Amino acid sequence: MHDMRFAIPRQDLNREAFASSIPEFNRRSDLMKTDMGYKCRITNVVNLTDQEKLFQLRIVDPQERRIFRFKPGQFLMLELPGYGDVPISISSASSNHEFLELCIRKAGHVTSALFRTEPGMHVAIRGPFGSSFPMDEMSGNNVLLVAGGLGIAPLRAPLFWINEHRDRFHDVHLLYGAKEPSQLLFSYQFDEWKTISHIRLHTIVEHADAEWKESTGMITELFRDISIDAKHTYAIVCGPPVMFKFVCSYLDRLGIPMNRMFVSLERRMHCGMGKCCRCMVGSTFTCIDGPVFDYWSVMNLKEAI
Amino acid sequence: MIYKVISKAEFKRFIDALVQNNSAFGPRLVDTDSRGESVYQFQPVSSVEEIAFDYTRTASSAKHFFLPFREELSQFHFHDDDWEQNVSYEANPVVLVGLRACDISALNILDDVLLNSHFPSACYLAKRKNTFVIGMDHLPLPDCFCKSLAHHTVSTGFNLFCSDIGEKYYLSINSSKAFTYLKEFQTEEPSHEDNCLLTERRKLISRSFQTEVDVTSLPSILDIEFDSPVWEKWGAKCLNCGTCAMVCPSCYCYSVEERFNIDLKGASRNRKLYSCNLVDFAVVAGGHNFRPKNGDRLKYRYYHQHRGFAENANQQICVGCNRCGRACLAGINPKDVINDLRMEKESCMICVSQSPART
Repeated sequence: MHDMRFAIPRQDLNREAFASSIPEFNRRSDLMKTDMGYKCRITNVVNLTDQEKLFQLRIVDPQERRIFRFKPGQFLMLELPGYGDVPISISSASSNHEFLELCIRKAGHVTSALFRTEPGMHVAIRGPFGSSFPMDEMSGNNVLLVAGGLGIAPLRAPLFWINEHRDRFHDVHLLYGAKEPSQLLFSYQFDEWKTISHIRLHTIVEHADAEWKESTGMITELFRDISIDAKHTYAIVCGPPVMFKFVCSYLDRLGIPMNRMFVSLERRMHCGMGKCCRCMVGSTFTCIDGPVFDYWSVMNLKEAI
Repeated sequence: MIYKVISKAEFKRFIDALVQNNSAFGPRLVDTDSRGESVYQFQPVSSVEEIAFDYTRTASSAKHFFLPFREELSQFHFHDDDWEQNVSYEANPVVLVGLRACDISALNILDDVLLNSHFPSACYLAKRKNTFVIGMDHLPLPDCFCKSLAHHTVSTGFNLFCSDIGEKYYLSINSSKAFTYLKEFQTEEPSHEDNCLLTERRKLISRSFQTEVDVTSLPSILDIEFDSPVWEKWGAKCLNCGTCAMVCPSCYCYSVEERFNIDLKGASRNRKLYSCNLVDFAVVAGGHNFRPKNGDRLKYRYYHQHRGFAENANQQICVGCNRCGRACLAGINPKDVINDLRMEKESCMICVSQSPART
C-alpha cells in the first residue's frame, strides 16, 4: 500500500534542458552531452609507414561540422564503436573546417582495429579537448619546432598555422629526427614546407641507409647547425619522453625563457574531460590543463618528464 | 536552511513513511569480521526497524550509489555498415538514510569534481538529483580523523540532517522536498534549550576525536618530500589491490571500456571504477608505464588526495573516515604515512611503530 505523499518524484535527466539542470542543493554547472560523439566518415587513409597511417575524417552532420572548431595543439577522442576510444592529436590545419586529419601509430587494441578500417566507414569523435599552442603570443618572433618520431603529428597543426600567417613570424626552424629515413613522416611535404613556406627544415636520423644525405645522430646534434636568437624565440618540442629532457635542458642553457618553451605531453586517457584521472601528472590533468604545457609548468610538475 | 526539532518516536514514523514508499537504503548489520567486530553496510531497507541508527561505520561508502562499480555510458547499435549511438541517463529515486557528515562531505567533493568542472557528468547528476540524503551525526570512532580535515560537520549536500540531542532530533532541513514531507509530521520550532543542546552535542563530537592528522601545509611538504624514502618503505608493503580506492568515499578515478554485445549487433561503452594503485593505471599504448613502482603509485594516491586536488579545487579529497586504513590488508593507513612524511617521532623512519590496531 503506497502512500504517494511520501514517494519521491523521479527526475528524468533525459527530458530536461541541460543547462538549467542542477541538483536541489549545491552549485550551478553547465551540462553538455559529452558522452555523445560526432559521427565521422573516414574519407581517406594514407599509408605513411608500416606503423603509421594518416586518416582523413569528415564530420557527417553539417551542424556538428560547424560547431567543431579546434586550436593547434588540441586533441580529440577518437572512438571506434565496440573497441574503445583513444586520444589523438589533430594534425590538420585548424582553418580546415571540412576535413580532419589524424596521424595514428598502430600501438594498441583500438589503433590496431582502426588500421583495418577503410574509407567510407564511420567512427565517432569527441572533443576537441585540451590546451593549445599560443600562436598569437608567438607572433613577431622566431619559432623553433623540434619533433622526434611521431612528435611531428601534433606539430603539423601549428605548422599549418604558421604557413597561413607566415608574415607574422621571422625565422622558422623545424628540427625533425627519426630512427631511420623510412620512418620520417610527411616527407612528401618537406619540399612544400621548405620552398613555399620558407621553413628551415633540418632532418636527422639515428641509423642512416645508403641513400641518406642529411645528418646522422641524435636530434640535439642539429642545434649545432642553427643559430638561435634566444631572446626572440619560442620553442615547441614534441617527441618521446626521453627527448624532452635533453632538448629542453639544452634550450634552457641557450637562454630561451622557460615560459617560451612548449611541450606536448602524452599520457593514458580514458575520458578526456578531467574526470577519470588516468592522465594526471602530479596535480595536473594532461587532458584539460595540457597536453600543451610551457616548460616552467612541466618543471614544477613532479614526474612529468 | 530551516531548523526543526522532532521527537524520536515521531522521527521513526517519518523515516518509516519514506522508507516504505521508496527504494531506500540504510545501514544494516551484515556480519561480524575476523576480529569479532560488527560489519555494517548500506543495504536495502523496507521498514525503520531494519535500520541500525547506532551503527559504527559502514565498510563500503555511499559513493557506490552515485558511482556504481560498472555503469553504462552509451550504447551502439550496428545496422548494415553503419551504427547509431544512444545515450540515456537513467536513475530512479533512492532514499539514503543515516549518512555521516564525512560521507556527505565526500559527496560534496564528488559534486565539485563531477559537476562543477569543465565537463559535468550527466550520469552522476541524474543519480544525485534522484537521491534523497538523510544525514545523521555521530560520535567519532577511535580512528576517525575527519576533524583534522574539517569534515566532522557538514552544511550542504543533504536533504535533511539530524543531530541527536537526547530526547529529540534537531533537524536541519535543506530541501523543499524534505520540508514538504515533514509537514505531515509533528515538528516544533527549536527552543532555546534545544539550541543549547545542539551546541553541546557539537562540542562533544568535536572533543571526542582521538586521532589527529596534521594536514597543514601538506601540499608543500608533499612537494618537498617527493623523493623521500618514505614512499619506498610504504610502497614495499603495498599489495596493489586497489581496495583503498574502492572503499574510499571520494575516490572517483575510472576507466572506460567498450565491448561488443554477445549477438554482435551492438556494443556498450562502460565506465568502471579503477584504482591508482593497480599496476596498469598509467600504462600507455606501446607498454610504457609512467608509474612502474609500487611506491610511485602509492605516492600518486597521496598526491592526488592531498596535493593535486588541493591545488585544483582548494580542498583535499580525503575526508578522514579512515576506511582505507581499516580495509588495507597491508596495514597502510593515511595517519601513519602522513606522519612519516612529516617526520613525526611516533612513527618516523627510524622508530617505525606498528600500524595501530584496526579498532
